[in-house]
Amino acid sequence: MYDSDKPVLEVKGLKTHLTTKNGVSKAVDGIDFSLHKGETLGIVGESGCGKSMTSLSILRLIPSPPGKIVDGSILFKGKNIVEMSEDQLRKIRGNEISMIFQEPMTSLNPVIPVGEQIAEALRLHQKLGKKDAWQNSIEMLKLVGIPSPEKRAKQEPFQLSGGMRQRVMIAMALACRPEVLIADEPTTALDVTIQAQILELIKKLQAKIGMGVIMITHDLGVVAETCDKVAVMYAGNIVEHAPTEQLFSDPKHPYTKGLLNSLPRIYEDQDELATIEGNVPSPYHLPEGCRFASRCAHREAICDRKLPELIEQSDGVKVRCWMYTDQWALHEEKEEVL
Amino acid sequence: MSLEVKTVQPNVIVNPTVSKPESKLKGFLSQLLMNKAATVGAFIIIIYILLAVFAPLIAPYSPYEIDLENKMMPPSSDHWMGTDDKGRDILSRILYGSRLSMGVGFAAVLFGAFIGIIFGLVAGYYGRWVDTVIMRIMDVMLAFPGILLALAIIAALGPSLINVTIAVGAFSVPLFARIVRGSTLEVKRLEYIDAIRSLGANDFTIIFKHIFPNILSPIIVQATLRLATAILSAAGLSFLGLGAQPPSPEWGTMLSSGRDFLFSAPFIALFPGIAISILVLGFNIFGDGLRDAFDPRMKK
Repeated sequence: MYDSDKPVLEVKGLKTHLTTKNGVSKAVDGIDFSLHKGETLGIVGESGCGKSMTSLSILRLIPSPPGKIVDGSILFKGKNIVEMSEDQLRKIRGNEISMIFQEPMTSLNPVIPVGEQIAEALRLHQKLGKKDAWQNSIEMLKLVGIPSPEKRAKQEPFQLSGGMRQRVMIAMALACRPEVLIADEPTTALDVTIQAQILELIKKLQAKIGMGVIMITHDLGVVAETCDKVAVMYAGNIVEHAPTEQLFSDPKHPYTKGLLNSLPRIYEDQDELATIEGNVPSPYHLPEGCRFASRCAHREAICDRKLPELIEQSDGVKVRCWMYTDQWALHEEKEEVL
Repeated sequence: MSLEVKTVQPNVIVNPTVSKPESKLKGFLSQLLMNKAATVGAFIIIIYILLAVFAPLIAPYSPYEIDLENKMMPPSSDHWMGTDDKGRDILSRILYGSRLSMGVGFAAVLFGAFIGIIFGLVAGYYGRWVDTVIMRIMDVMLAFPGILLALAIIAALGPSLINVTIAVGAFSVPLFARIVRGSTLEVKRLEYIDAIRSLGANDFTIIFKHIFPNILSPIIVQATLRLATAILSAAGLSFLGLGAQPPSPEWGTMLSSGRDFLFSAPFIALFPGIAISILVLGFNIFGDGLRDAFDPRMKK
């Protein structure tokens, strides 16, 4: 059976491509990560780097066409989600792996009272009667900190504020006590004060339920606050994967360094925020070599020739960059000889 | 008891006044009532429905009672709308006829809407070849003029009021299918559909519980406008002798039997004609008003 020391979710070589009339977009192009129970993994990167596609792939929710998982495996407790039938998938969705979406304003059905929507999540997976499900959904509303839950449960989404709707979304996602929660930018659409509350709530419930959380975000502040380890994505690849503290104290990949540099700092006088020059390559025409090369200050000939592998440097720190390989040393020696 | 009361804290900030659940419906109704034409339309429809329901109580005579001594009498205090060529009271016939005409209209639209909605939902939700097959069939049905399609169906099934209902319903199917498909395409892209799918809902639940209730407003508007057309078409088909057969007091049939006496006794055809026109007008302006009331851009 399933061994609790093993990761609950393991993604290996996942490739999700979108085929459109403009060609094939390699939205997710070979990524690996794993998640243990109780652990929080952050996936960061800018818009379009493939982080949302990754999360949708895990539940096989990518719109198809044009999306398709072309390679790789997603092992949930040892079972490969990529090969599951729709029926098997439905038993996992919302029950063992749940998802919170970015937009609380549009992620709830506008014509159904919120209590009923939570009850539906319960009734889909647990054979509960109408009354029990309703009672449970009120319990869930209480759990996510909504005041006077009996009254709120009967209200329709338009009567709730954004922060409250996000709490309802969390209640829906966690109603069946899943083992993995995927939070796709759960706080992007919320006020800063509400953001902190929602993150705090997810953390609290994680401790209570013991689930693994995948926190997808473009906000490094959210990562620092919530995650145990971080995967930095760039143009469909993971470029750096490290425990959160290491990532912030000693970033390896030039892209990660650039990201951290471009954060505003409170204690320093900055006239202008640092930026990373250049643009992300189009996912339709990815360069053969390193995808960050065109924007990288350390660019060498080898960077344009071949895509570097994601190589483990030290304990848990993995980087996809030629600078940290033997080839780089060889390369530099050659230059010196010349 | 007294101890418990002390521990309870007044909950002022946490529990702000919240609008009641029915406020949505109230807002919609006030929007609708502000539209004068829609109010008039609703008024006409309600009067017709009441007359149809209470026809046996209101009608002064039996609609079938033949009185050859008093045939083709012009309107008088005894017969407000006169009598027809067999001496039957036209007012009574129109009152009873309203049951037939509206019944056929409602039944036809229900039938057409039911099938059209299912086709539209399935086509819009599944897309790809399912969509192509269903919508091409609908296109073929739309290519025929409605009356021609109805004539063909009645030719196949034989003339009767039930077959008229089927025929008129059938040519409403593609119209509903189109509207529903379009709205389904729009709604299925919304995030809450992804959210509910991520919770493990199956296609049936998603389509009927989460998409259908959210596309009701265009369906209701279309159904109201279709009712007008359906009543008119049913009367038209009966006029041509394909629907209700004499001595049935169906309005189209009455019109038809009155056309021989247009010069000697014009009121025989005139009153059923007026009855049809006003009812159709009522449904049309009510439908337009509904459309405006449902349109979010019209809200203040």
